[in-house]
Amino acid sequence: MATEAKESTKSSIEELEFNPHAPLLEVDDLHVEFRTRAGVVKANDGVTYSLGEGETMAIVGESGSGKTVSAQAVMGIIDSPPGYITKGAARFRGVDLLALPEDERRAFRGEKMAMIFQDALSALNPLFRVGWQIAEMYRQHRGTSKTEARKKAIELLDRVRIPAAKERVDSYPHEFSGGMRQRAMIAMALALDPEVLIADEPTTALDVTVQAQIMKLLADLQAETGMGMILITHDLAVVAEVTDRAAVMYAGRIVEQGTTKQIFRASYHPYTLGLMNSIASPEQKGTKLIPIPGSPPDLLHLPSGCPFHPRCVYAQDICSVDRPPLRDLGDNRKSACHFAEEVGTGAK
Amino acid sequence: MGRYLIRRVLQFVPVFLGATFLIFSLVFLIPGDPIRALSGDRPMPASVQQALEARYNLDKPFWQQYYLYVAGVVQGDFGEDFRGREVTDIMRERIPVTFKLAIYAFTFEVAIGIAAGIMAGLRKGGFIDNLVRISTLIVISIPIFVLGFMAQLLIGVRWGWLPVSGLGDGFKSYILPAIVLGSTSLAYIARLTRTSLAENMRADYVRTATAKGLKRSRVVGVHALRNSMIPVITFLGVDLGGLMGGAIITEGIFNLPGLGNAVFRAVVQQEGTVVVGIVTFLVLIFLLSNLVVDVLYAVLDPRIRYE
Ligand SMILES: Nc1ncnc2c1ncn2[C@@H]1O[C@H](COP(=O)(O)OP(=O)(O)O)[C@@H](O)[C@H]1O
Ligand code: SF4
Ligand SMILES: [Mg+2]
Repeated sequence: MATEAKESTKSSIEELEFNPHAPLLEVDDLHVEFRTRAGVVKANDGVTYSLGEGETMAIVGESGSGKTVSAQAVMGIIDSPPGYITKGAARFRGVDLLALPEDERRAFRGEKMAMIFQDALSALNPLFRVGWQIAEMYRQHRGTSKTEARKKAIELLDRVRIPAAKERVDSYPHEFSGGMRQRAMIAMALALDPEVLIADEPTTALDVTVQAQIMKLLADLQAETGMGMILITHDLAVVAEVTDRAAVMYAGRIVEQGTTKQIFRASYHPYTLGLMNSIASPEQKGTKLIPIPGSPPDLLHLPSGCPFHPRCVYAQDICSVDRPPLRDLGDNRKSACHFAEEVGTGAK
Repeated sequence: MGRYLIRRVLQFVPVFLGATFLIFSLVFLIPGDPIRALSGDRPMPASVQQALEARYNLDKPFWQQYYLYVAGVVQGDFGEDFRGREVTDIMRERIPVTFKLAIYAFTFEVAIGIAAGIMAGLRKGGFIDNLVRISTLIVISIPIFVLGFMAQLLIGVRWGWLPVSGLGDGFKSYILPAIVLGSTSLAYIARLTRTSLAENMRADYVRTATAKGLKRSRVVGVHALRNSMIPVITFLGVDLGGLMGGAIITEGIFNLPGLGNAVFRAVVQQEGTVVVGIVTFLVLIFLLSNLVVDVLYAVLDPRIRYE
């Protein structure tokens, strides 16, 4: 009986009317707010982007800019209360996930979309064996038998390059190294061959050498499977290396969007420029870093006009009055700055 | 694990010695002469008194009394009361009553306490949560004997739903005492479960479980709940011992012929051997239940490994 129920949840999403020509994932004017005691925090305030098949898109921005929230909204795993999606859509092949009943929504998770988290140690359940947690995907979604699911878990551990997978399958998360734990998370996310993978700062908690290995693993797996990948990060070096397109977020909004190449060649937003100046690229070692002055805005008390204006070296009078919309600059680039053209062409 | 168990059991020895010594000295220090009290108002012939004192070692100095007692206990001899009954016989007769009472109370508090805690914890701030928070606070703040007398008076006497005294009605006789005995712990268990579950529901691994596309019942029942039970289990270990202590009061109120009742009477009558014997037994039960909980703890949480 349990098996029937599992199969039926899967077929319930197969029956949805997907449009094969629609973008893989399309996030449209997403608004998410947290109603806290201190006030309402607009963590996502009109986020729009789309992700194609086989594409890797970066979401970049300082901590607190709403990157994780936008991913959680798409996955449907926002802490509610206090978090609510108040407006917008997230369409998977044309089907709006936010309008689906919870049962179908749930079937999407793991099956079509998966997410890996920043801190794999806290994201894995400390009380269950790693292999069991991976096998659970097959057991619960597909009704696979215990032995079969375990075999698949071992295969997956092998696929994410965990040595001696057969022995490690029965380990507990605390017996793994940080890198192995993140590999196990990746294995779990990939179990059912999802079409979208969201990686939320997957390497932030790891040593530098391990960071590179995990990024390489993700890039390889992405190329292998052809899934669309959203990579949330604040590491611009990683963005430059592995992503096709990038969206830069500030204070719950996307402030610049374009292909990674375009943005690195010439950014059209002062905030992005500031981010680039504040990191050391390998070629620039030794040159002085210029951190963005000031601190990220308090979402409860957003500055008027352009929320970046108190920190912006390009700011003019209009910036503290009018909020710049995310404008199309042609050639698939967008920027939310009154002076985007001047910033982009370096004519300050 | 085996080594750990042996070490833990060896630790029982000093605890056992310390506990018996403490109780033994307290009983020794109780003013009054238990032998003289035996004959009530009538004077006792000096020869009889001397013979009795010799028989119960009361004529010997304290240290020797204690030594003789412990030497006896080690050989399974808990001594006898002033009427010549073996203390072990008294215990054998009383233990089943107290055990039944404790087990019923324990089952009641665990089942209802955890269920209430889950319902409250899943919807913090909701109606059930407020109900649980307020009612448990009331139960915790009322002393157990007040609760006992109130229950006895209302449920037993006024409404006549359940028996209020003695063991005449078998299982039914235990219901009210077990509820009274378990009520305070139930309140603590409910609160612990509530807090612990609410906290775990916000944990990252629970979000992962949701992101895996698991049913909510599984996210809560398998992933969140097992972690939430860890502090509850710790409490239960201490509580099992506490139940035995609470039984003394409850058995008194409901007139159940259990260990607690026997201790109570023995204290009044200055039956030193009975008091020390039963309390020692209770201390052992307490130590054992703690050991069981520690082992359970390791089974539940793989991060804990006892060497
Ligand atoms: N569970 C929550 N409760 C209250 N506010 C939250 C919660 N999660 C996120 N927020 C708010 O949303 C903002 C954006 O958070 P987040 O998306 O995690 O930022 P990022 O991932 O870019 O560092 C935070 O600054 C915070 O104010
Ligand atoms: S709109 Fe003004 S303040 Fe905002 S980024 Fe552009 S120049 Fe700076
Ligand atoms: Mg984040």
